Amino acid sequence: MGVQDYFELLRHDYTLRTISLGTAMMGIVCGMLGSFAVLRKQSLLGDAISHAALPGIVIAFMLTGLKDPLVLFTGAVVSGFAGSLFISGITSRTHLKSDTALGIVLSVFFGFGMLLLTLIQKKPNANQAGLDSFLFGQAATLMVKDVYLMGIVGSVTLLFMLLFWKEFKILTFDAQYTKSQGFNIKLLDSLLTSLIVVAIVLGLQTVGVVLMSAMLLSPAAAARQWTNRLEVMVVLASLFGAFAGLAGTAVSASIARISTGPVIVLVAVFIVLVSFIFAPNRGLLFRTIRQWRNRKNLRINKILVLMFETASAHPDFSHPHSVNILTNIQGFSKKRLREMESKGLITYDKNTWKLTPAGFETGNKMYKDLNTN
Amino acid sequence: MTSAQIEIQAIAVVVAVACAIPGTFLVLRKMAMISDAISHSILPGIVLGFFIVQDLSSPVLVFLAAITGVLTVVIVEIINKTGLVKEDTAIGLVFPALFSLGVILIARNAGDVHLDTDVVLLGELAFAPFDRLIVRGIDFGPKSLMVMGGILVSCLTLLVTFFKELKLSTFDAELATSLGFSPAIIHYSLMSATSVTTVGAFNAVGAILVVALMIVPAAAAYMLTSDLRKMIILAAAFGIFSAISGYWLAHMLDASISGAMATMLGFLFVLIYTFAPGKGLFAIMEKHRQQQREFAMLTFLLHIKNHSNNSSNVEERQIRHLTGHFNWERKQARVILSLAMKNSMISVENQLVTLTEKGLRFITEALDYIVNNQKSELESVKGRFLLFR
Repeated sequence: MGVQDYFELLRHDYTLRTISLGTAMMGIVCGMLGSFAVLRKQSLLGDAISHAALPGIVIAFMLTGLKDPLVLFTGAVVSGFAGSLFISGITSRTHLKSDTALGIVLSVFFGFGMLLLTLIQKKPNANQAGLDSFLFGQAATLMVKDVYLMGIVGSVTLLFMLLFWKEFKILTFDAQYTKSQGFNIKLLDSLLTSLIVVAIVLGLQTVGVVLMSAMLLSPAAAARQWTNRLEVMVVLASLFGAFAGLAGTAVSASIARISTGPVIVLVAVFIVLVSFIFAPNRGLLFRTIRQWRNRKNLRINKILVLMFETASAHPDFSHPHSVNILTNIQGFSKKRLREMESKGLITYDKNTWKLTPAGFETGNKMYKDLNTN
Repeated sequence: MTSAQIEIQAIAVVVAVACAIPGTFLVLRKMAMISDAISHSILPGIVLGFFIVQDLSSPVLVFLAAITGVLTVVIVEIINKTGLVKEDTAIGLVFPALFSLGVILIARNAGDVHLDTDVVLLGELAFAPFDRLIVRGIDFGPKSLMVMGGILVSCLTLLVTFFKELKLSTFDAELATSLGFSPAIIHYSLMSATSVTTVGAFNAVGAILVVALMIVPAAAAYMLTSDLRKMIILAAAFGIFSAISGYWLAHMLDASISGAMATMLGFLFVLIYTFAPGKGLFAIMEKHRQQQREFAMLTFLLHIKNHSNNSSNVEERQIRHLTGHFNWERKQARVILSLAMKNSMISVENQLVTLTEKGLRFITEALDYIVNNQKSELESVKGRFLLFR
């Protein structure tokens, strides 16, 4: 199926349009708040909270008997937030470290959720409908009212983020300073954590418990590679998230027997991979090129310093010297000499070289730097 | 109890003990979330293994899946080394990616593979006794019991053989390295043991309960002791407790066994988290209050000392002055006064407080100590002087 066909399909197929809208919206919200999670070193919090949401979903269903998205959403948020409270309680009050706290909350909450779920189903195994959509996510079950809920919750989150932008920003980068400026950091912290919980719960139905952490992290981790500015990062992460959602939906719609959640996650991880390699400044490719270039410059400089030492021993610095005295230097080659000549540092012909005035000046400066340090 | 019930409990107990051993080291090495990552990222390995041998408890499958587990750790380390993202982000990216691959592999081959992602994630202990190891007509018991038994024995052997090395490298990696133990070898051995145990256990209890069985008993044991040997034994004991009580809870409620086991573990942890002597919630609160009390007493004694010299200021040493000057509640004033009297720091005559000789010595030494060692606590001085606290 070509791109054109896909857009054609998108125009006619109501279900596909709904799902695409939902996954894109989820991607935007996750990207936005994931940026904060990544920068605050809370990456795995997403994993723990998504698991911790399960008992809340089941209890909400048990209490109301409704499968209404708003009811389940509220239950999930409450229990996800309870999970995050437990985590901070364990790390702040005991000597256990955050990774242990995350592991405990993740597995115990999830296990409890499963117990409740099998309890209401009265069946020994939990393969029944309902659980599946939260374990692995079922974008196909997204309905218009789910998308409405996503839209409303997403807008509220965005509003909060814009309102508290400055506070969240300094809280993320310097919590101590924030405290010293008189902000209530406990309150801000719980507000930001609640927003992250909301984003996670929003994604649960689409990509599922297990893959949620990647949905939260990937757009932000990718965006981080392209910029050092928070506002750019948040916008980029939202775009990446939306793209992953749309592309994942498109791919899984065009290939038979493939669920949407895993494809969305793979697309998102692919974006991370591309960013790791091709991002300017931080990316691996440019970093390698830069290192290679630096190494070359370093060699040239080393040769130049030696040339300066040789030349300054002679009353006339532009006196020609033999190339042979340079051959012992590591990294020496004729090619380097030609490069130095093209930079105007030396003049070079066949077997002799001499420093140009510019070369003498540069060499002198480097020699002094070397000896002062 | 029927024989199936006994077998289920036996499997649960073996799994719990096998998980407790690597789990203890993971918790101590601050790598608890690695077990979560491994438990998910083994999925593609399991699927590939299942394509080849068509048997979930075959050693070939265990081996293949364990390799995927170790591979996860390697990929996380490679990403970590680039410095592009923090380690926890790397973990959070790698395992969902591998898990997604596994899910897609299963979905694409649904017709040929009788493997359900739910089974991998949640496990089903109740069915374990039906999959039996029968060689030449002789029934050797459930396959997963055999596999897990083998894994448990190898874990125990490794633990006993390399206990000293593991202990040293866990608590003082630098010393271990300088003594010639390769940290890489120990690290990867531990990771391999974790992977193998996870793969062996997932079939019985599911990937998520594996995390519970590795982390929660070890964390609970760590709340109670700092001795590595005791910690491993306690963790194993907690695991066994959760296995048996979880089974019966599930039996009573007719619900998922692995869910019930995780719930029991959570219950146990909350109990220990709240009541553990020394490190539990109440113990820490009590310690906090004790420090506040003793600090208040110190301030009070200092105040008395400052006003002991000039007789003109007798007013400052009146008992009623406590509530006035220090702004203390009546009850708090009484507590602090009685604490000081019990430790014979002060004597009271006609509502007038006087420092005893012991009190004077205490306050002098405490002051000296505070001036000279600003950062450390007063505990040693307090320990010598305070009989009642």
